[in-house]
Order: sequence, then C-alpha cells, then structure tokens
Amino acid sequence: MAKILNKRIIIPALVLFAIVFPFVTQNDYFIHVMTLSFIWMIGVYGLNLLAGYTGYLSLAHAGFFAVGAYSLGLLTVKAQMNFWLAFVLALMITSILGFFIGLIALRTKEHFFAIYTLCVGYILYLVIDKWDSLTEGVRGLIGIPAPGNIGPISFETPLSQYYLVLAILLGVILIVYRIVHSLTGRTYIAIRNSEDLAQTIGISTMKTKLEVFVLSTFFAGLSGALYASFIRFIGPDIGNIVITFDLLTYLLIGGIGTLSGPIVGTVLVVWISQQLQFLQDYRMLIFGPILTLLVIFYPRGIAGSIAGWNVKRAEKKLAKAQLEERFSQSSISAKNQVKEG
Amino acid sequence: MEILVQQLFNGLTIGSVYALVALGLTLVYGILHIPNFAHGALYMMGGYITLMMMVQYGLHYWLAILVSVIVVGLIGVLMERLVFYPLRHAPPIHDKIAAIGILLFLEAFAQYVWGADYQTMPTPYGQVIQLFGLTFTMQRLLIIIAAIAVMVLLYLFLKKTYTGSSIIAMSQDRDGANLVGINTNRVAMLTFLISGGLAAIASSLAAPINLVFPGMGQLVILKAFVIIILGGMGSIPGAIIGGYILGFSESLGATYISNDYKDIIAFILLVIILSVKPTGLFAKGGH
Repeated sequence: MAKILNKRIIIPALVLFAIVFPFVTQNDYFIHVMTLSFIWMIGVYGLNLLAGYTGYLSLAHAGFFAVGAYSLGLLTVKAQMNFWLAFVLALMITSILGFFIGLIALRTKEHFFAIYTLCVGYILYLVIDKWDSLTEGVRGLIGIPAPGNIGPISFETPLSQYYLVLAILLGVILIVYRIVHSLTGRTYIAIRNSEDLAQTIGISTMKTKLEVFVLSTFFAGLSGALYASFIRFIGPDIGNIVITFDLLTYLLIGGIGTLSGPIVGTVLVVWISQQLQFLQDYRMLIFGPILTLLVIFYPRGIAGSIAGWNVKRAEKKLAKAQLEERFSQSSISAKNQVKEG
Repeated sequence: MEILVQQLFNGLTIGSVYALVALGLTLVYGILHIPNFAHGALYMMGGYITLMMMVQYGLHYWLAILVSVIVVGLIGVLMERLVFYPLRHAPPIHDKIAAIGILLFLEAFAQYVWGADYQTMPTPYGQVIQLFGLTFTMQRLLIIIAAIAVMVLLYLFLKKTYTGSSIIAMSQDRDGANLVGINTNRVAMLTFLISGGLAAIASSLAAPINLVFPGMGQLVILKAFVIIILGGMGSIPGAIIGGYILGFSESLGATYISNDYKDIIAFILLVIILSVKPTGLFAKGGH
C-alpha cells in the first residue's frame, strides 16, 4: 500500500485523473464544480505559501481575490479591453497593490499582522461595495467575457475552460513546488520557526516576507480573475471576509504548510458542500466546529497527518531494524564469548 | 453649531458601546494574549438572547439583559475551557484560526435558530426628550449612562476586590501569579465570563437603536480591534478612551466627510497607526 502511495506514482495518476475526469463523468455540473474548486485551489496555494510556510496569517485574501476579479471585470466590461491584456493587467494591479500593502503590513507581527490584514480586507470590501460609480456597488458587474481565444483555441465551452483552469493550476503547483523545495522555501520555513534567528543567520527577512506576500496576493488575484471570467458575474460579496475564511477552511482541512493540502482540502470541502446543498447558509454549523477541532487535535490537517504517520511508521521500522540488528549482533558476540570461554 | 453638539452626543453614544466591547476584548487579550476573533459573535449572541427573552418570554428589558449577560458569559467560559485552554501552548496562528472557527459556527447557529432577517428590539425607553433646545432619545441617554456605570463598576471590581486584583496580577505576569498562589485557570474562566457579559450588555444596549441580525458583530469587532490597538493591547483605560475617540471621529466623519464611508474611518485610522508604529500605540513591549 505504501508503495502504491509513492509520490512518483500518485502525482502522475492524479494529473491523469484530472485530465480524463470530464470524459469519465460527462456531467456538466460536475465539471463546473471541479473547475470552481481548481480556481479556489489557486487562491488557497497563495494563502498556504504565506500562512503555512512563513507563518503570517493574512486575513485580507478575499480582498485581493476581489481586486483581481474586479480589475478583470472592469477592464473588459467598462474599458472594453482585450481579454488577455486585461487578464495580465489585473494580475499586475493585484500584485502592485499587494506590494504596497505588504510593505506596510509586514512590519507588524503575529496578532497585529492578522488584525491589520483583517482591516485591509475590510477596507477593500467596503471600497468595492460603496464606490458605485466605478464598481456598480451591490448590483455587481454583469457580462464579463469568457477567456479570449489563444490562436485557434477558443474557451467558450465549459470543457475548454476546465482545461484552461487545470493547466494554470498545474503551473501554479509547479511554481509552488519549486519554491518550497529550494533554498528560498527553507528561508520561509526559517522565518516561520523563528524570525529573529533567521535574521541572525543573515536572511533578509523583510525582503523575503515581501516576496512571499506579493506572490501570495498574485495567486489570490489570479484566482479572482479566473473566477470572474468563469462565473461571468461578480458582486462585492466575493470580497467579503467570509471568502477568506472559506479559503482558510480549505487550507486547514487539507493541511497547512503542506504541498498537497490545498488540493485535498479544497476538493473535499467543495464536494461535501455540494452534497450539503440543502444546508447552504448553515454549512458553517458543520465546518466551524471542524475547523476548531482540527486546530486542536490535528493542526496539520489531513495531508499533514498522513505525512506524519508515514514518517512515524518509517521511524518505527528503522528502530525495529536497528533493534534486531543489535540483537543479532549481541547474540553472535555472546556465542563467540561462549566459544572463547 | 446645533448639528455639532448633536453629533458629539451621537459620538458619545456609539463610543460607549464600542468601549464596552473593546473592554471585553482587551481583558481577554491582557490575560491570555489571544486576539479573540469570536468576540463579535458573543456580541451578536447577546443581542439575540435579549431579544428572545423580551419577545418570546415577555421579560422586562433589564431582566432580559441580565439573562443575556449570564448566558453569553457562560458561552465565553465554555470557549475558554473547550478551545483556548487546550491551545494555550500552540503556535500563535492556531488560536486565531480556532477563534475564527467559533465565530463561523456561532453566526451560522444564530442564522439557523433565529433566521437571517434583520429584527428590531423593542425598548421601554423610546421617549424623546428636549434638553437645552436639543432633542435626545431616552435610549441613547440610557446607553451612555449605563455604559459609564458598568465601566465604573468594572473599575471598582478590578481595583478594590481580591478577585479583581488577581485578574490584574495575571495580566501582568501569568507565571508570577501562579507562583503566589493565584488559580490562573479560574481567573482565565472569570475573565471570559466578564468579557462575554460586557459584550452582551453592549449589544443589548445598542440593539434598540440599531438592528439585530447574524452579522451584527462583524463590524463592531473589527472596530473593537482598532480601538484596542489605538489604546494599547491589554490596556483597560486605553480601551475606554479609544472607544470614545473612535465614536467621536465616526459620528463627526459621517456628518462632515461622507456617511457612506464612515465605516472606513476606523480602518484607515488603524492602517495609519500601524504604518507609523507597527506594535500599536502605547504598546507595552514583549507581546
């Protein structure tokens, strides 16, 4: 079993499954839900990079998500811009905003950082909600175009959008994978474990933190822009703090600070939520306590706990092997002693 | 001129409510160093319980508030026992997330039990009174007087009683308090009880001039955080002064700047403060 769950097998298997998934189900609704969860995953990866690896809990991510979505929406609907140009601009706007907010926010630590970003998130939401002349306020933006053609490929059908989002998601995962497994990734973890210590060994913590923050907001903006072009309608509610909590729920259930956590958590929660449709607004009656219980008993989420068990089992095996070896050695030496004696 | 006085009065009203909420938040922060994101949910629960007691069980306003204070206080104690106590040695990110989990649960709970609609709370003090050529509603006057009375009582409790001193001792140094024989567990529970009670009083007083709905705590709690950063995390006088500063700036801002953006004022204030001084105004080093 452990061999089958090997990384080298499971990753290509998952990718393959994601690719053939639409042909297996043939159900437009399932494809829709899956595409949506891929979009969320991108945002969750952004949050994970910041909260999971550097230990800075940002509660402003719904705001950045909304900025990405609204930038795309406004540029395409009101400025009539070409889709992909607007898409790139939307990502740039979000990242630049992230840069300036990060510049100030990252001077604060722990509780102050969480509270500061909470307030920033709320400002972004309120501005979108109240700035009627630009954002249409509570009426929202209608008629956002689907992704434009790239050469001969068009993205009008749900199926083609599914593959577009999947491709972008795979790109995001690859980037995150490369970062986490590089020296930069270790730097993030060093900051999470002890910022002062990291500073002492010569890490420029401010620069590193800002890097992560901008990258994290970039992913949030990417996720928002994709959401806008996929749902085709956005309202100020997508900037509400509730969305940040949703992303956090996905991340925690999957496993904060793990690579596969965002995938596991998002797919699981989105599908469970779909099954619990009848609960709609009350789903937090279930997920709220789960979130709290997880933090108390399984702070590393599903993916983290499985990894933890595997490590433990490997350790046990190793210990057992060592014990046996020592035992056999001692028995040999005992025999030798007997002989010699 | 008349508008100014009227707005100052309004600022006093809102400020009193903010100060009460911020006091509960700052007490918990001072003792346990947890920014309790679920405090807004306690505020909301307080409003609903008072409303339910008055409408369904026909209790008098003050009696309903008393029931609400006890129930919400006990919810606070439960929170401490079941969630924050087991997490006392966990990394700082964990208790924040746990608090968010409680917040989400309580909001969904309120929506499930009482519905998502906005509800109005009846009050026996609806009269309008004329004073020095200005019009005041009785309820607003009541908010100010009751809030100040509660603050004075809290002050006397903390300064003059043995139990109160033990709370202060623990907020200064938990291990030290433990060494001199203070039962820190009991003090932590007591703090949550008081904190929840204050939130319940604040929402019960404010509900007749606002509305009761599941999300009513969200904005208030955010502003309470702004206040305790303004006043120094964990500082009791800071929370009171900060509450009134915010109350005044909001009501004046609503009249002279823009009513639409009045809620943003608090957050911009905070963004400016933390931009200039990342550890908050008047922060006592360490935390």
